[in-house]
Amino acid sequence: MSDAVTPERAHAESGSVDVRALRKSFGTLEVLKGVSLSARQGDVISILGASGSGKSTMLRCINMLEVPDSGDIVIGGETIGLRKTRRGMEPADRHQVDRIRSRVAMVFQSFNLWSHMTILENVIEAPVHVQRRPKAECVAEGEALLARVGIADKRNHYPAHLSGGQQQRAAIARALAMHPEVMLFDEPTSALDPELVGEVLKVMRLLAEEGRTMLVVTHEMGFARDVSNRVVFLHQGVVEEEGPSRDVFASPSSDRFRQFISSHRG
Amino acid sequence: MDFAFMGQAFMTLIAGIPLTLQLAFSSVALGAVLALVLAAMRQSGILPLDWFARGYVFVFRGTPLLVQVFLIYYGLGQFRPTLQEWGLWTFFREPYWCALTALTLNTAAYASEIIRGGLQSVPHGQVEAARACGMPRGLLFRRIVFPIAVRQALPGYSNEIILMVKATSLASIITMMEVTGLAHKLISQTFRAIEVFVVAGAIYLLLNFAVTRIVMAVEHWLSPHLRPPPTPIATPPEAAHV
Repeated sequence: MSDAVTPERAHAESGSVDVRALRKSFGTLEVLKGVSLSARQGDVISILGASGSGKSTMLRCINMLEVPDSGDIVIGGETIGLRKTRRGMEPADRHQVDRIRSRVAMVFQSFNLWSHMTILENVIEAPVHVQRRPKAECVAEGEALLARVGIADKRNHYPAHLSGGQQQRAAIARALAMHPEVMLFDEPTSALDPELVGEVLKVMRLLAEEGRTMLVVTHEMGFARDVSNRVVFLHQGVVEEEGPSRDVFASPSSDRFRQFISSHRG
Repeated sequence: MDFAFMGQAFMTLIAGIPLTLQLAFSSVALGAVLALVLAAMRQSGILPLDWFARGYVFVFRGTPLLVQVFLIYYGLGQFRPTLQEWGLWTFFREPYWCALTALTLNTAAYASEIIRGGLQSVPHGQVEAARACGMPRGLLFRRIVFPIAVRQALPGYSNEIILMVKATSLASIITMMEVTGLAHKLISQTFRAIEVFVVAGAIYLLLNFAVTRIVMAVEHWLSPHLRPPPTPIATPPEAAHV
């Protein structure tokens, strides 16, 4: 039994993400100055911006790895409750956050595979221990997922034995194993050698074609233009440009975005 | 050197090995549990708990184990009526329990620092990945943080276990007949200190050799991720190119 299907969610659209008027400061530095973003089921949104523009922080607010100072995060119609404490904002209900996190999977820039577990153990860890699904079922599914991302033969290897691209594909399989409604990618190819970027992008392209909601912080203009259906461009903590990727790349309305794409061309 | 006598001494002293090992392993095991609690207190961020753990480590690391043994064995005797009232006197009147208590409290102080170092060395990204999967704190600690920390802490911990095997010799001061206690007794009967202590030293050396090998085996078992990957047996792909 999964407690993920709560009554209020049954009506709401699964796989949607709404970010409303998000603000976040680190000390005196205001990183997000009221950012909003909306993704429907099946949207693939590329989040672009120079470093320091707040794009990773925004992504990390969606699954509460960073707690916003104000604003709302709504996942599949369920708003994450926040409350004010002396130390700043905190999630009102840890169980709700854990529950939402098991529906929103994340892929990190530096893979963050668990070093003491084999690749297959990494993949089945959360399904078995967080979602409490039968182990045999998770193993079978995990092996199928590893085959899909092209590293079935590495299932008994440890992360340290794999190349960066293989580790990132394993991390994607680990995320998929939880049957997430939404997948967050935080610069998934930025830590990879150039010749390994392609293999990870290929897997992500496959996922996008399956109609999975994906929010991707990236510097890969090709992915943003060709794979994602929407683009959000952040500049100094505000959304500077937003729209269907075809339109914004063909006719950007903001000068900064025009500069940004011309500096990333090639 | 009288080798025949040394052989006899060896046969006498090995009778003390079970007690030596019992004191060492019981105190290391109980101390590890206490150390984990202390390390958790240090990491908790709750100031009174943090201070208590700091104070504990400061006191038990900063004073000699021998003094701690004396304080518990002789010192607590002064509070006999209170201890009797609490039903603890039957415990603290036994030198065995006093020695075990002192050893446990002492090793817990050192081990808590080793464990704390292990906990701090857990890569932040791996913790974050577990949180992002929706792991509650307890599960996160049990499945991710603790296993990684243990692997980091084990080499340092093996040192502590060896020190504890040797530290059990102090229990002889409060009448415990472990290896050193039996050695003392034998010397007072024979006045042949060199032979007896050489044999006693050799026994500790053997015990610690075994401890070292066991810890190495455990380390090996826990660290397949640090060794080269398993090579598939049935497929020699390179063979075709040679």
